[in-house]
Amino acid sequence: MRMGWRRGMLWALAALVAVSLAAPGAARGAAGPKVAFIYVGPVGDAGWTFQWDQARRYLAQHVPGVQTSYVESVPETADVARVENDFIAKGFSVIFATAFGYQNFTIDVARRHPNVTFVGIGPAIKLAPNVSTVYGKLWEGRYLTGIVAGKMTRANVIGFVAAHPITTVVAGVNAFALGVRSVNPSAKVKVVWTGTWYDPPKEKQAAQSLLDAGADVIAQHQDTPSALLAAAEAGKWGIGSESNMQRFAPKAYLTGTTWTWGPLVEKIVKASETHAWASQDYYGNLRDGVVGLGPLNPAVPAAVRAQVAEKKRAIESGRLEIFTGPLRDQTGKVRVPAGHTMSLKEILTFDWLVEGVEGKSPK
Amino acid sequence: MIRIERRAPMSREAAAGLRLAGVAGALLAGAAFLSATGHDPGQAYLDMLRGAVGSPYAAQQTAVKAIPLALTGLGVALAFHAGLWNIGAEGQLAMGAFLASWAALGLSWPAWALLPAMGLLGLVGGGLWALLPAVPRALWGTNEIITTLLLNYVALLWVDYLVFGPWADPSAFSFPYSRPFPDAARLPLLPGTQVHAGALFVVAIAAALGFVLRRTAWGYEIRVTGHSPRAAAYAGMPVRANVLLVMVLSGAVAGLAGMGEVSGVIGRIQQGISPGYGYSAIIIAWLARLSPWGTVGVAVLFAALINGGFALQTSGVPAAIASMLQALVLFSVLVGDFFVSHRVAVRRGRAAALPAQEAAAEP
Repeated sequence: MRMGWRRGMLWALAALVAVSLAAPGAARGAAGPKVAFIYVGPVGDAGWTFQWDQARRYLAQHVPGVQTSYVESVPETADVARVENDFIAKGFSVIFATAFGYQNFTIDVARRHPNVTFVGIGPAIKLAPNVSTVYGKLWEGRYLTGIVAGKMTRANVIGFVAAHPITTVVAGVNAFALGVRSVNPSAKVKVVWTGTWYDPPKEKQAAQSLLDAGADVIAQHQDTPSALLAAAEAGKWGIGSESNMQRFAPKAYLTGTTWTWGPLVEKIVKASETHAWASQDYYGNLRDGVVGLGPLNPAVPAAVRAQVAEKKRAIESGRLEIFTGPLRDQTGKVRVPAGHTMSLKEILTFDWLVEGVEGKSPK
Repeated sequence: MIRIERRAPMSREAAAGLRLAGVAGALLAGAAFLSATGHDPGQAYLDMLRGAVGSPYAAQQTAVKAIPLALTGLGVALAFHAGLWNIGAEGQLAMGAFLASWAALGLSWPAWALLPAMGLLGLVGGGLWALLPAVPRALWGTNEIITTLLLNYVALLWVDYLVFGPWADPSAFSFPYSRPFPDAARLPLLPGTQVHAGALFVVAIAAALGFVLRRTAWGYEIRVTGHSPRAAAYAGMPVRANVLLVMVLSGAVAGLAGMGEVSGVIGRIQQGISPGYGYSAIIIAWLARLSPWGTVGVAVLFAALINGGFALQTSGVPAAIASMLQALVLFSVLVGDFFVSHRVAVRRGRAAALPAQEAAAEP
């Protein structure tokens, strides 16, 4: 009797496995490419992952016959390799793995699947013929938001709720501070680190501590509008990040940086169909629209708008390079001599904060 | 008048049937929910099954995912047998990973020496971390639920400090990753499979635990201590020494799980090596009713649910619904289990004045 029951269970299991193997794994039919997206967080209604899902929707609208799919909340561990293999088994030929930490696992999967195009998030640790990375010169946008903050502050104290102490975030804080001080040399930027990308209470608390320290403009680098909301509740100004966060606090939102990946994703997918997308570590910027600015608050005076527009053109045309010497660090020591412009590689290894930033340096 | 009461023991077949019926009920409820939200339940379940066991690759990946779940589950099961609430497997895993990584990054030994050293250090790391709360528990009866739980945060922050700071990979732009381990520090795959040798730890420890608990005098002491520490002390058993020993062994097994993850799966130490294995371990151990081989079985079920959940998303089901289905299956297993030993009794004709007392008398 007992053996009989066990045998029955085994048969049932075997039948289940057989059924699932026979299931239509790769539903053929549509002619277009199958493009997969892997997200580190939930799509939600704002933030990094949300912007990537906007790109997926853009792709679906602009490339006829394309099939898109996504998996969200995939941790930056070996899980991503499983998800990638699953997509490949289903016949997906382009995979956007949209978190920096996926790189180490993606490169191994890519080696075994040379016909699949992989796009990770830079800066690139390692590339392969079928592995590219993309990121953006976010600091260009941060500089412009700094100009707005520098002009709008009355207290001459501006808060920055920074995320993880990694080089790309540090570069953003520095660009922001340089933007502030380009129009308001007596203003200072106070920075606190939350060590989070998505932790509303912690980020709000961090913003509150900056408001308590006298800041009347709060900038941020997280996926949630928490810092902006804290500023709005205190009746102060806020500057968003990642997404256009205007609708969360229309009165307080001065402007903010945004990511727009759709056109680039379309370009990569189209080129990869003819194997014309060369492996590279790509950096979007203000000019190609990957980095952008959210709408300016109606309270921002026309003169300031004109100044922001002018600086934007200068950056786009290459006339203005933000990280050009002389640049001093927090102690006043010259770190970039006059006449020298930091290379991309130098920017991506930033581990010090520029003069005018108050707060702990990541090093 | 409806009350819940214990029932006479069921036959094994009936009990298994009841548990299966619970799972079937969960799947039906899930199917209704999927249909109501506009998804195809058949396709969704097939995707889930395919992702969990639908191919040799998927089945082996489920086995890989089950390794840390089973090890941490076995570790906490041992502690629970002795009546010790070790909620700290997550931190013990991290400290095991930390010490193992120290050897992997610092010693250039050949694999035959390095891997055993890392395994040993994994055991030591987890064991020492569990000794910290074990000492006050043994000496002063300090509540180990609180201390083991809080030490998790300390351990995770310690690993964060290392991977952001002294151990940060210079080529990773200060993202929280150590340098990759040398090949000698990587656990080999079992011949002919994609499953790393950590699976052998699971088999060895489950077998050892089963033997020790059921067939040795010490195992008997542990179980008596778990049921009644005072009775154990009255019988002359060394309760304090056993508390220390059980906690250290429990932590050591969790530490070994950490070694397996960094050496067998990830190949470096980084932030987020465990997406909560140490907490899932508690549920796994209880679902298995602390039986060692049962723990291994439930760990495999958990792993299948996790991997199946990612695959489920590829058919367009959001992550939140995937987690909900996972929870539904677990919940139904628990409910099925409850009704193996309890039943709902409906009685008629009793006065309405009594139920309050009766309910209070219910254990």
